[in-house]
Amino acid sequence: MTIPLIDVRDLTVEFTTRRGIVRAIEHVNIAVAKGQTVGIVGESGSGKSVTSYAVMRLLDRAGRIAEGAVTFSGIAIAAATEPEMRRLRGREMSMIFQNPRAALNPIRKVGHQLEDVLLEQSKAVSTTASEMAIELLEQVKIARPRERYHAFPFELSGGMCQRVVIALALACRPQLLIADEPTTGLDVTTQKTVMELIVELTRERGMSTILITHDLGLAATYCDEIVVMEKGHVVETATSRQVFTAPAHPYTQRLMRATPRPGVSLRDLLPEDDGRSESAAPTVVRLIPVSATRAPLLTVQNLVKEYPRKGLEGFKGVLQKITRRVPPPEPDTFRAVDGISFSIQRSESVGLVGESGCGKSTTSTIVMRLIDKTSGTITFDGEDIGAIPAKKFSRLPLRKRIQMVFQDPTDSLNPRFTAARAIMDPILRLGDIKGASALRARCEELAREVGLPLDLLDRFPHQLSGGQKARVGIARAIALRPELVILDEPTAALDVSVQAVVLNLLQELKESLGMSYLFVSHDLNVVRLLCDRVIVMQAGKIVEEGPTDRVLYEPQAPYTRELLAALPHPRFDQAAPSHRMTAAPMTAAT
Amino acid sequence: MTDTTAAPSSPSAPPRPSGLAALVRHGRYVIAENKVTGFAFGLFIAIVLAALIGPYVVPYDPLASDTAAALKGPSLAHWFGTDQLGRDVFSRVIVATRLDFFIAIASVALVFLMGGLAGVAAGFFGGWTDRIVGRIADTIMAFPLFVLAMGIVAALGNTVENIVIATAIVNFPLYARVARAEANVRRDAGFVLAARLSGNSEARIVLAHILPNIMPIMIVQMSLTMGYAILNAAGLSFIGLGVRPPTAEWGIMVAEGAAFMVSGEWWIAFFPGAALMIAVFCFNLLGDGLRDIVDPQRRT
Repeated sequence: MTIPLIDVRDLTVEFTTRRGIVRAIEHVNIAVAKGQTVGIVGESGSGKSVTSYAVMRLLDRAGRIAEGAVTFSGIAIAAATEPEMRRLRGREMSMIFQNPRAALNPIRKVGHQLEDVLLEQSKAVSTTASEMAIELLEQVKIARPRERYHAFPFELSGGMCQRVVIALALACRPQLLIADEPTTGLDVTTQKTVMELIVELTRERGMSTILITHDLGLAATYCDEIVVMEKGHVVETATSRQVFTAPAHPYTQRLMRATPRPGVSLRDLLPEDDGRSESAAPTVVRLIPVSATRAPLLTVQNLVKEYPRKGLEGFKGVLQKITRRVPPPEPDTFRAVDGISFSIQRSESVGLVGESGCGKSTTSTIVMRLIDKTSGTITFDGEDIGAIPAKKFSRLPLRKRIQMVFQDPTDSLNPRFTAARAIMDPILRLGDIKGASALRARCEELAREVGLPLDLLDRFPHQLSGGQKARVGIARAIALRPELVILDEPTAALDVSVQAVVLNLLQELKESLGMSYLFVSHDLNVVRLLCDRVIVMQAGKIVEEGPTDRVLYEPQAPYTRELLAALPHPRFDQAAPSHRMTAAPMTAAT
Repeated sequence: MTDTTAAPSSPSAPPRPSGLAALVRHGRYVIAENKVTGFAFGLFIAIVLAALIGPYVVPYDPLASDTAAALKGPSLAHWFGTDQLGRDVFSRVIVATRLDFFIAIASVALVFLMGGLAGVAAGFFGGWTDRIVGRIADTIMAFPLFVLAMGIVAALGNTVENIVIATAIVNFPLYARVARAEANVRRDAGFVLAARLSGNSEARIVLAHILPNIMPIMIVQMSLTMGYAILNAAGLSFIGLGVRPPTAEWGIMVAEGAAFMVSGEWWIAFFPGAALMIAVFCFNLLGDGLRDIVDPQRRT
């Protein structure tokens, strides 16, 4: 093997905290050869970001490299002076961060931001800078680069912003590119184009790339080699094919197993030694119309939600409307939800799938009666709940019957409320349990139902892990025994292993309590596991609806096909039939 | 999101104590880490003690004049000297703490109730509530604040209560704006939606869910404005509004002593002035320290 471009040897990074010195990563070895793409995969807290920061020497004040060495094309990073490092960063190694919008200066045109980098690293002089910037925009496949040169970051979509960030990172033709979760928060189709762009540019320029991600599937699809990290240690280093088809380390196997993928059922996601596996395991294929004769629990008909266009709200907007002589160039309203109809049976789970901006969250929020519709009807158990204003709905007895599990477990828990207080809140307001001890007992019962250890009930949200917070959120949602629960990407903020457990919990609760779910998600792999039926939305309209298996394996609408194709499939996996895989070869590895 | 603090050793860390114990521990840590905060906290305790037990322990009656001992410089008998009527400056400075401290606390409590609640409502409900509260704050801000306070006291009458009210009114915009900003960022937070789903009324969401979350910031704000409130009260007394002689009050004492500065009797004005300065200094430092305690991320 040739000398690697970047060689991390025996790297240990320590952080000084007030609980003493904490070792974030210990004895990490990673080598990246020229032209290679290496993925660092791990769950939150595994130290994958710390490793990359140590490589760039961007650790914050409390952190220091305690042992080991990082060598970048012959330069010892730990010993380099700050001016030397500054020259290296940007010119020799670049980084792409998770949130592209935060990485761009919001009040400067993107073209000028590119010019700044070019001039700073003296790759261009002021006369040539703007041409070079446009060229760069062209290279990252931004359509109409000459126009976009003058765009501000807020005028561009998330995917576009990430492309600009990539252009910034590549402006000075670095040898090493570190991409820290570059596509988290982007839609699957955007993720695909961004990742393909990164891989293509890497190949074209003979760069090396380190891709940091929590998504094993993504890493396996786009990387040559994968480094799996757990709790600050490298547990496995192997080629993508090997990691994906025959993971060697138990942790990798566990991670692999927990990743939702075609052809597996919900129970398959849990580790084999899980004690609950004997409880009735649902199969992937479920009965489709549970009781077609009975009236559906929820019926939505011709639901429309319009928002006023920006800049025309309030007094000024009204004034403009009055004084304007010529007709408006475009309608004053924007239809977030454009006349959709669907129904949910009792104890059925329906998936609502689409990319950001397709109106799925608006739909769920209207059904939840948190915002008002523009037109259409929403009938819940024979009652027209769409006609009740959202403001009044929160104190009606009906409120008990429709509840919700939120996307971000951290954001949805009041930071000043203990777990017990959060679970109790709906019971206090709408429930009929009185007295502190009865409430506490009910709270403990709910905690047991969602598998939350009772000693955690008196903790505040910041003292709980992500999975525990998700359980608190679920306990709160089921506290009033609702009939319809809306799950708004309930696992999007969780690690895959935690996601596996939470999805199973939701399935168990649904079976034992007979609730209906409306599962809002962008992740088709997750929807497949939990839902009987899937509704695919695009631009406020339903483009496809049907039983999960039919939609996912025999998609009719082109948009559904596009969504399915965008899911990261490792290359070596494509030989296998994309049709229903009853015994997928890779699951056998565990 | 960074993984910088997530550590391999954290699972083995002892379970965190919750509630008061954790707060005390955290407070001790901040004080130990930041000596200035510790010092400010010590000063604060001294001020509170002076306010509580000062009048019972001072060596002289603060109002008793002794013309024979008038205008004497600092000595062992009179640590801070005596004024033109022979009153002991040290006793008067200590006794005045109670009144100045009371005015500051009362006005801060009042402005917290007015400005804090109005601001939270403005930030949460938006719309007309926001416009009205915002314009009231703007109107108050449009005046030179001290002149406005003078005007209010002059109009309402020359009493301690009116100083409290005037000080509260001039501080209103500060509280309303901070509370509005903090409530505004939380109005669409997940936990607010969750509270609505749980059947909370809008008023209850504001009081039981939003307000407790912005309390830490409001407490910092209160500590920072305490100093200003003391200064404001003393300033009003200095120009002859509010507290009237012969009451022991720092502002009046400085005003009375100022006339004697030119003839060399510096101590009459100096010591109450120094007390005033220390108190303001203490509250400002304490505010910085409190901010560290309630929000470690903002520490610089």
